[in-house]
Amino acid sequence: MGILCCVCFLQEEEKETRTWNSSSGSKMLIPQTRNIGLPIMNLMRFKGLPILQQLHIEEQLLRTSSENWCIINDGTNDPTIVMGVSGKPAELLEIESVLRDQVPVIRRFTGGGTVIVDPGTIFVTYICNKEAIPDLQPYPRPIMSWSSSLYSKVFQGIGDFHLRENDYVFGNHKFGGNAQSITKTKWIHHTSFLWDFDVRNMAYLKLPKRAPAYRSARGHLDFICRLKDYMSRSTFIDKTVEAAGTQFLLRSFELETIENCSETEFRPSTRFLTNEELEAAAVAGQ
Amino acid sequence: MALRIWASSTANALKLSCASKPHLSLSRCFSTVLDGLKYAESHEWVKHEGSVATIGITDHAQDHLGEVVFVELPEPGGSVSKGKGFGAVESVKATSDVNSPISGEIIEVNTKLSEAPGLINKSPYEDGWMIKVKPSSPTELESLMGSKEYTKFCEEEDASH
Repeated sequence: MGILCCVCFLQEEEKETRTWNSSSGSKMLIPQTRNIGLPIMNLMRFKGLPILQQLHIEEQLLRTSSENWCIINDGTNDPTIVMGVSGKPAELLEIESVLRDQVPVIRRFTGGGTVIVDPGTIFVTYICNKEAIPDLQPYPRPIMSWSSSLYSKVFQGIGDFHLRENDYVFGNHKFGGNAQSITKTKWIHHTSFLWDFDVRNMAYLKLPKRAPAYRSARGHLDFICRLKDYMSRSTFIDKTVEAAGTQFLLRSFELETIENCSETEFRPSTRFLTNEELEAAAVAGQ
Repeated sequence: MALRIWASSTANALKLSCASKPHLSLSRCFSTVLDGLKYAESHEWVKHEGSVATIGITDHAQDHLGEVVFVELPEPGGSVSKGKGFGAVESVKATSDVNSPISGEIIEVNTKLSEAPGLINKSPYEDGWMIKVKPSSPTELESLMGSKEYTKFCEEEDASH
């Protein structure tokens, strides 16, 4: 799949045109920065963007952009399984069912576990320069702790929200899973929130060997819960943007057009696994 | 988890050490830094012996990353460039790039790490080595930190956060 080149326009009230690309050499205008003491973060909002496309955008921004980004994708149209970088299909998936029902499987560029995402999943991603947040060490646990403090503002007074090991929970029921990637100069922290989910889809996932202690060997349906039981979609997204705005100066990007670029230097590692790979994994028990 | 980082930086500042107590949330307070190695600001170490340089990540790095569950390494025969990534480690929910402190040709890769990634935590300077390289520019080693400089670097980094 070709890499995405995006032509992005700020909202009308900004009255400014920007072009972002990584390496194709097309024109880039450097925006004026308004110094009010907060670091600038570009906010991109999508609805129903395919998850592979979202991950490609994120991976490219992490590797090639020097700016801070927040990406919110309100649902993804097609149910898709997304494994972490080291995920082993035979350990994590009911491969026979996955192949029978032709459920797409992606290996993403960040660490962490396996999820099955669909229109009921809301994605929130932060991509930051290491200096963006004062006093934050660019390691997994401090970044996780920082993110939970942001979401504590979103869920203040709602449910019994906290970060439990590396999951967002109400009580001891998980509704948000996290994953990260840390480079020399930047990091990404992205979350998939279970605003709603289809019970039938959970049948494609095995109980993972590596599970948090608080899971206590519970099956999927006893372990997870739905964010919709606590908050509407629009309220969650609005409050998330509001919380991010307490630490960053947010600037909205509207994605105008997407063009496939056949010749760029960056190739994302995130990709679909082929049927052949899944079949081979099933045979080899990997 | 922020408590671990605070405790580590405070103990380092006070030059204290404490025994690790797995049943508490506090980690070891004192990261090991070995004499005779060279260190990069991105927390990799180099051991130069004759025409071969061995590279891995430091005790400070493995402690801050947490339990390593997966290691991505290049193939022998490839090359590395100073300051550029050559692989990654996965810990907790994160992949973290590992950068080469020097340039050169990869002559050996630690294949034990595919089955035992935790060697990086248990033995970051010995059994947890990652790649062996034939340096192409030995003078690059001179720009790296020695043990005392790196110890101070880690203390300052932890104290500032």
